[in-house]
Amino acid sequence: MAGLTAGHPVRGARGLTNRLRTGDWLFTALTGAAALVMVGVIVAIFYSLTHEAWPSIRDNGAGFVWGTTWDPAKETFGVWPFIFGTLVTSLFALVFATVIAVLVALFLVEVAPGWISRPVSYLVELLAAIPSVVYGLWGVFVMGVFIRDHFGPVVTDVLGWIPFFDGTPLITGLFSGCMILTIMILPTVMAVSRDVIAAVPRSQREGIVALGATRWEGIRLAVLPYARSGIMGAAILGLARAVGETLAVTLVIGNSVKIPDNIFAPAYTMASVIANQFNEATGIHRAALIEVALILLVMTFVINVVARLLVWRVTKGQRAVVQE
Amino acid sequence: MNWFRNSRTGWLAGLAASIAVGALLAGCGGGDDTAAATKTSAPGTPAATTAGGLPANVGKDDRASLTGAGATFPAPLYQAWFDDYNKGVAKGVQVNYQPVGSGGGINQFTAGTVDFGASDAPMSDDELGKAPDAQHVPTAIGAVVLTYNLSGVQSLKLDGDTLAKIYLGTIKKWDDPAIAALNAGVKLPSADIQVVYRSDSSGTTFVFTDYLSKVSADWKTKVGTNKAPNWPTGQGGKGNDGVTGVVKNTPNAIGYVELTYAATNKLSFADMKNKAGKFVTPTVDSASAAAAGATIPAGYRVSITNADGDTSYPIASFTYLLVFKSTAKCSQQTPLVDMLWWVFHDSGAQATIKELSYSPLPKALLPLVEATLQGLKCDGGAKASLKAG
Repeated sequence: MAGLTAGHPVRGARGLTNRLRTGDWLFTALTGAAALVMVGVIVAIFYSLTHEAWPSIRDNGAGFVWGTTWDPAKETFGVWPFIFGTLVTSLFALVFATVIAVLVALFLVEVAPGWISRPVSYLVELLAAIPSVVYGLWGVFVMGVFIRDHFGPVVTDVLGWIPFFDGTPLITGLFSGCMILTIMILPTVMAVSRDVIAAVPRSQREGIVALGATRWEGIRLAVLPYARSGIMGAAILGLARAVGETLAVTLVIGNSVKIPDNIFAPAYTMASVIANQFNEATGIHRAALIEVALILLVMTFVINVVARLLVWRVTKGQRAVVQE
Repeated sequence: MNWFRNSRTGWLAGLAASIAVGALLAGCGGGDDTAAATKTSAPGTPAATTAGGLPANVGKDDRASLTGAGATFPAPLYQAWFDDYNKGVAKGVQVNYQPVGSGGGINQFTAGTVDFGASDAPMSDDELGKAPDAQHVPTAIGAVVLTYNLSGVQSLKLDGDTLAKIYLGTIKKWDDPAIAALNAGVKLPSADIQVVYRSDSSGTTFVFTDYLSKVSADWKTKVGTNKAPNWPTGQGGKGNDGVTGVVKNTPNAIGYVELTYAATNKLSFADMKNKAGKFVTPTVDSASAAAAGATIPAGYRVSITNADGDTSYPIASFTYLLVFKSTAKCSQQTPLVDMLWWVFHDSGAQATIKELSYSPLPKALLPLVEATLQGLKCDGGAKASLKAG
């Protein structure tokens, strides 16, 4: 529209031009300020955590990260059991939830007719809306009992020859933590995967079928490679949620500060130890817990950065199997 | 930009905004209905003169807005007291109590951001060093009970040494000779004991480990007394309900919870052998007896676990309010101390303690508490906190 470019204002519309330029400037300023505030919040979180954790960072040093004893009574703090618990539960959940979620998503998009896929889709997404504490209570009263009485013995029968899987199933424990996290991140990963798979262009599917592929071959050769980066992004989203999930895991993980010697033994995660002990902690114990929070924050950041790099890497080399 | 000038959307936006503002104001204006106190007792006779010479309702004309923070264990009791006081005695005194935990309460009290604090465990020497003006006032007594899940076993008896060994993991089975010796005639299963503890830091754990440290030298060296100790064996449940949930769903389990919780939820719990060698059932009265059997020092910082006395329950403890000895402002301190006077002298307030399954302080302690309250000062020590009546 003539009159908006800075160089040639139309005489009669001079006031209009100035107002629009001021509007632009205001828009830039507001959005820039909002972005700055968000960055400021992140910096402030890092700063305040480091500041509060400083007594512990100074006293415990690097041994904090790989120390295996967490004893507030004797003022010895080592977080390796919690890092172990967080990593095992999150990675277990990541692997199994992604596999199951992709299978469910494939079923919903490729196999199921509309009258099945829509309600099932909706129900799975509903799982994501259930509050964490409800999951935790269900985990103790229902899932934990099921694991102890039925599922756990099956796992010990099948995998018991591996030392890590040889143990007595209990209601709470590392395995219960893994299970509950798998169920909790499943809907997130599934919803995103489903959308990504549905977004694969029909031309890809049609092309591969024209080349003589069966349904599974078509999915494997045309759909999944195309959707790979999206599914990976979904998995990372799930992982980020799993690492930070607090209340449900706290209720079922067993809360033992020793490194579990088998997958059914009680364990601990970083988020759980903070949730359990922060309320009553004073002095160096409190500073140690805040240092755990700082480590958790750094871990989440690293996961997100690695995820971004991974997705970028995969997308860079990605190309459609069937060229138009 | 047309949508903005459209009169219809503008009208709708205005209507929505006014509804939102109205709802907000209505929510703010409503009374503070705490779910914690389900029973409010009728206030006792206000005008009766008490032993200290002042009526229980000495603070009836006070006006103040007080804030406190601290332990979750006495929170239902304190809420009931504050509500009754505000409704029945001093309508101008509003108290806001935040159950953030003993640690948080001590932190805030030391920082001076609250008018009073609350803690289950007495402040340690370190903590007292940071807050030298702190005065502990015991308000009630709580007890820790052992709840168990043993089919066919109606009542269980334990003693301190056996309990310590169970929690250390040295006694592993229910039919161990040590347990069988205490429970003659009871058929105990030959199953592993599933030990359950509190995973969250709490005063309950502190009292429990304090007791175990007193009765077992092994426990004292290996684990010690702490709100979140390094448990040698077992699994954790979060809160009283978490422990109960795990115990109820795990056959052959044993766990510890607060008496208030066990009584309200009608759990089965064990009798403990006390220092005098008698088996005592945990009740509101046997916990009070524990305080009566202990020597209380000035300052009230004492542990009453494993107390003397035939009827004392061995795992009991005071819960304390923390008040300032002299540095608080009189405008806040006087209404607070007047309210504490009411708590200890009003028959309704004292009855509330037992109704909510806490234990009242033994009668012998009352003159000491009165002297403490009368000795509190404010405005840097210039005036006595308690109203002259």
